[in-house]
Amino acid sequence: MMEAAITFWSGLPEELRIVVEILAKIFVIVVPVMLAVAYFTYAERRIVGYMQRRRGPNRVGFRGLLQPIADALKLLTKEVILPANANRFLFFLAPILSLAPALAAWAVMPFQDGWILADIDAALLYVLALTSLGVYGVIIAGWASNSKYAFLGAMRSAAQIVAYEIAMGFALVGVLIVAGTLSLGGIVHGQSGGILHWYFIPLLPLFFVYFIAGVAETNRLPFDVAEGEAEIVAGFHVEYSGIAFALFFLAEYANMVLIAALAATLFLGGWQSPFPEGVDGIHWFLIKTAIMCFFYLWFRATFPRYRYDQIMRLGWKVFIPVTIVWIFVEGVAAWFEFGPWFS
Amino acid sequence: MTAVTRFFKTFLLWELLKGMRLTGKNFFARKVTISYPEEKTPQSPRFRGLHALRRYPNGEERCIACKLCEAVCPALAITIDCEEREDGTRRTTRYDIDLFKCIYCGLCEESCPVDSIVETHVHEFHFEQRGEQIITKQELLAIGDKYEQEIAERRALDAPYR
Amino acid sequence: MPVEQITFWLFSAVLIASALRVITARNPVHSVLFLVLCFFTAAGLWLLLEAEFLGILLVLVYVGAVMVLFLFVVMMLDINLEPLREGFVRYLPLGILVGVVMIAQLALILGPGHFGEEYYAMPERAPADYSNTEHLGQVLYTEYLYHFEIAAVILLVAIIAAISLTLRKRPETTNYQSPSEQVRVGKSDRLRIVPMDSEKRE
Repeated sequence: MMEAAITFWSGLPEELRIVVEILAKIFVIVVPVMLAVAYFTYAERRIVGYMQRRRGPNRVGFRGLLQPIADALKLLTKEVILPANANRFLFFLAPILSLAPALAAWAVMPFQDGWILADIDAALLYVLALTSLGVYGVIIAGWASNSKYAFLGAMRSAAQIVAYEIAMGFALVGVLIVAGTLSLGGIVHGQSGGILHWYFIPLLPLFFVYFIAGVAETNRLPFDVAEGEAEIVAGFHVEYSGIAFALFFLAEYANMVLIAALAATLFLGGWQSPFPEGVDGIHWFLIKTAIMCFFYLWFRATFPRYRYDQIMRLGWKVFIPVTIVWIFVEGVAAWFEFGPWFS
Repeated sequence: MTAVTRFFKTFLLWELLKGMRLTGKNFFARKVTISYPEEKTPQSPRFRGLHALRRYPNGEERCIACKLCEAVCPALAITIDCEEREDGTRRTTRYDIDLFKCIYCGLCEESCPVDSIVETHVHEFHFEQRGEQIITKQELLAIGDKYEQEIAERRALDAPYR
Repeated sequence: MPVEQITFWLFSAVLIASALRVITARNPVHSVLFLVLCFFTAAGLWLLLEAEFLGILLVLVYVGAVMVLFLFVVMMLDINLEPLREGFVRYLPLGILVGVVMIAQLALILGPGHFGEEYYAMPERAPADYSNTEHLGQVLYTEYLYHFEIAAVILLVAIIAAISLTLRKRPETTNYQSPSEQVRVGKSDRLRIVPMDSEKRE
């Protein structure tokens, strides 16, 4: 049986084998990511509940563990409503456009040494490009819904994402200067040797800027004016229901997990153990990602929503100058080959 | 000096960290959720829930169709028709309460001279069809029969304060 | 390499079709979205040419930033296309003339006389460990440093020009908020505790 399978496999043309192999790898990455995203929604409700002295969902399954599945089933069985005079094609394209980049970015994520779907040269740029594509889903959703609230939400979101994209890009430039490579695997390799070699120490301000800009870019609290329930109902996805809404929901959480995983990779040493002699492995990557995800929820439970002009002020007048100053500091540090990081 | 500390407090996000410390502490605090069907909050004996019509211990219905409750009801939820019975007493032929109109104020209960219409402790009830929210005399009497013991107990508890 | 050629033709077809739709679409928002598709397929073609860095940069800069702002503006403006389409037939001969001249000029320069195959050898396939990014960086900061810096200065001038265009003196009566001042306010700035004897009841 086994041998028959092997002979059948080697009998296939090479192109087909490559395609099948890559599809299998994509499957192996996407399924856990989607599961993580589903359970992130559960974790959010539980953790925010705990911070508000509530218990959160605990009914469906053991301790509420089946809650995300119940939610998904509920959304799947609901009707998808197309608003009057909405642009049908774009209306249904938008949720896909917002989810696809969030998943595609995982292609260059190094889970462990060598565990990477596509170890491309310009991986960091690729990630940056894809995260900036997510805004199209939002804008098109807002426009195609033919609704004022949705449109306002989309406009807010677009301006916000463009503003924070720059700060985020600059923060990543800082990482490039230390690492000297755009490949994510290379960046993680540059941080080997325990917690003191991780990049968040020399890049502490950039680390903060990166993560806060990441929160802003995923439209999460305290920067969620794009969906600000109090003013514009639910922002760009007011008109969406059922599975289309579920896709937006998934995209938002997938983006959050992605930003958290990138923070873990770029600043916290990826799969490397914090102890110099410790065992490296995917578990460290997962632990670090989970901690960064937890911060997302912690922010949400703590901070009230920013006013819109304050968001813009923070992005343009605080973050961008801070990153530029720190890149300059880093340039000086790199010139003097300061510490274990710049060598 | 204050300017320096202020500068550092701003850039080290001091206030934000203080806020996060608060929520972080509450994360481990005791949870106050009541798991509803299993646990319930304590209920006062004066709780005003679903209505009921009571009977005397000999089985005779208390209501004498004086229509005071109908008159006092601020939401006009009660409708009463009455006729003379064969034995010469006034009795209701119809006693409807529209539970959607009812605001559960308890005035009907207060106004009743014979303690007939009461609001029970029952607050877990629902309707599945339109029209079911109007409960009739028979239903009200049935509720009263079912919960007579609890109603009497709660009345006795409240009696010293009346 | 049939796969490569199939992708090439597919991408080229999509590119040209979407480029045509950019100028023929009735709705300006659709035009912008087709332009986005154009950039995307162009980036795909560059990837086929082993210019990953440029391809990704095209997506990052044009699709991710420039087109978002385009879309932003186009959605905000309620463009009425009817007056723009007036006189199409009247200006058609002139338009065709300009178009033909432009095509002729492009053909003269880009034709086989200057860019033919005999002038440029078929580029070698890069080895597997060839780093596009690294090579570009090396060339940019050594051979083309001067051009690079001139481009940077031009962009800086453009930024300053854009800022100075929008910078205008606001009237004195405009109310401003200074968040840093608002944050700095303490209890003593707003609240004065006056010691007072309590009133005696008569």
